[in-house]
Amino acid sequence: MIQFNQTSKRYPGGHDALLNLSLDIESGEMVFLTGHSGAGKSTFLKLVALLERPSRGQLIVNGQNLAKIGRGKIPYFRRNIGIIFQDHQLLFDRTVYDNVALPLIIQGLPRAEVGKRVRAALDKVGLLKKEKVYPITLSGGEQQRVGIARAVVHKPALLLADEPTGNLDPQLSWEIMQTFEQFSQVGVTVVVASHDLDLISRMQNRILVLKDGQLIGDSKQVARA
Amino acid sequence: MNTRNSPRRENTYAGRVGVMTSLHGYLMSHLQAFVYSLGQLWRAPLSMVMTAAVIGIALALPTGLNVLLNNAQQLSGQWGNAVQISLFLKGGVSPARAHELQKNLQRMPEISQVDFISPEQALEEFKRLSGFGDALKALDENPLPAVLVIQPSLATRDHVALENLLQRLRGLQDVDVAQLDENWLRRLSAIMSFVQRGLFLLSGMLALAVILVVGNTIRLAIQNRRDEIVVIKLIGGTDAFIRRPFLYTGLWYGLMGAGIAYLLIAIALFLLSGPVQELSSLYQSKFDLLAIDFRTLASLLVVSVLLGLGGSWLAVGRHLREIEPR
Repeated sequence: MIQFNQTSKRYPGGHDALLNLSLDIESGEMVFLTGHSGAGKSTFLKLVALLERPSRGQLIVNGQNLAKIGRGKIPYFRRNIGIIFQDHQLLFDRTVYDNVALPLIIQGLPRAEVGKRVRAALDKVGLLKKEKVYPITLSGGEQQRVGIARAVVHKPALLLADEPTGNLDPQLSWEIMQTFEQFSQVGVTVVVASHDLDLISRMQNRILVLKDGQLIGDSKQVARA
Repeated sequence: MNTRNSPRRENTYAGRVGVMTSLHGYLMSHLQAFVYSLGQLWRAPLSMVMTAAVIGIALALPTGLNVLLNNAQQLSGQWGNAVQISLFLKGGVSPARAHELQKNLQRMPEISQVDFISPEQALEEFKRLSGFGDALKALDENPLPAVLVIQPSLATRDHVALENLLQRLRGLQDVDVAQLDENWLRRLSAIMSFVQRGLFLLSGMLALAVILVVGNTIRLAIQNRRDEIVVIKLIGGTDAFIRRPFLYTGLWYGLMGAGIAYLLIAIALFLLSGPVQELSSLYQSKFDLLAIDFRTLASLLVVSVLLGLGGSWLAVGRHLREIEPR
């Protein structure tokens, strides 16, 4: 699903955020991406979501070489990805329902279909009763779940989460990780960037460790060796 | 998305939406943007009204002047009927001969009416109008000739026909001078075309002002909705999708600006109609101000909407690209 091939990202000024990264993430896999802040986790996700482009090397996501996706095609590429942010990125002038419906409205789905899918997604994160509420009235955990519902409502093949449990208590964090696990079990590839090592170690998933833009640990290869 | 390499493709919505559904979805999304942008405007009614008022005033000025110009042209059209030829008869022509000539001329198809002004009548009129009455008393005899005032028929209104008629009249035995009184009309029409050209320039400048006002307003709207634009780009919204509500906002501004302009012109005409009637009654003529006609109204609407769209298009094209998710 995701294939880094000698991929580097150098920012203007000479800082190497990622250096010669090579790795494979299979379809349907759930992977944790960890490391100190500044290790390259965010850059990793930005490259995969085409928010930025690699300076060198190749990156293949969902069978597509990202170098060959022109500016006009980026929106269509992103429609197969769900992104979850630490700060939720919800729109506070719209209801929970309208926030979650946005990816479907962008794709021009019929209204009835939108209603069905939005309710299914809200049901999945346990917020079905809050659909008419504005996000500002929700707790941090609830806002994050709205963000998750929005990220999965259009059934993406790939789910990216950047510090999704950053501001949540351990119990809520655990529940959210369980939700991700369920998505991966139905075939969605999930990549979670997190520095919550305690939480990560309790999950039975592959862990990628980044340091100074380089891969210094991959639990899958350790298991093979 | 490459279908072979992505078995989940058929599960995504983009893959399932048929042509009719996507056309329907396309129209729906336009309708949504149309209504949504109005809703956004309603949220800040004061700034909406102010922007629309600026556009309205900018459009009311050239449109209103155009309406006045139309009125002036209608008026000068009425005066066009006043094209006349004065035949100054030779000194020795007796009143009887003059009357006979009047009858003969009256029969010509090119002429609709002939009035006879005797030297005595001409003198009276001259005394009355010139204010030189006392000076004229010093003259022994009346220096003024008899005059036949000819109204050409409607068919003889164009320049060539008038010139032909004039030549024939000059050839008459009893006629001293035949003079076409149309110089002032030519001057008037020259003034009109000068005013028209000025109006055209003014319209151009004000149209530019409208584009800039709308463009600036939309630029601010884009900056205010920066977060929203970022989120929509992140979840796969195309540029067209993001552009749409802003373009419709420009369209709404155009519509509202046209409405306000129409209102302003209607009020101005109402306020002017009283004095105009008074003025025209002083000239013993009946003249009613023309209201704004359908053609002007339609072009006001079209131009206003196009300017609104154009302004927002410029702003959107310039500023939307700058906003990218980081």
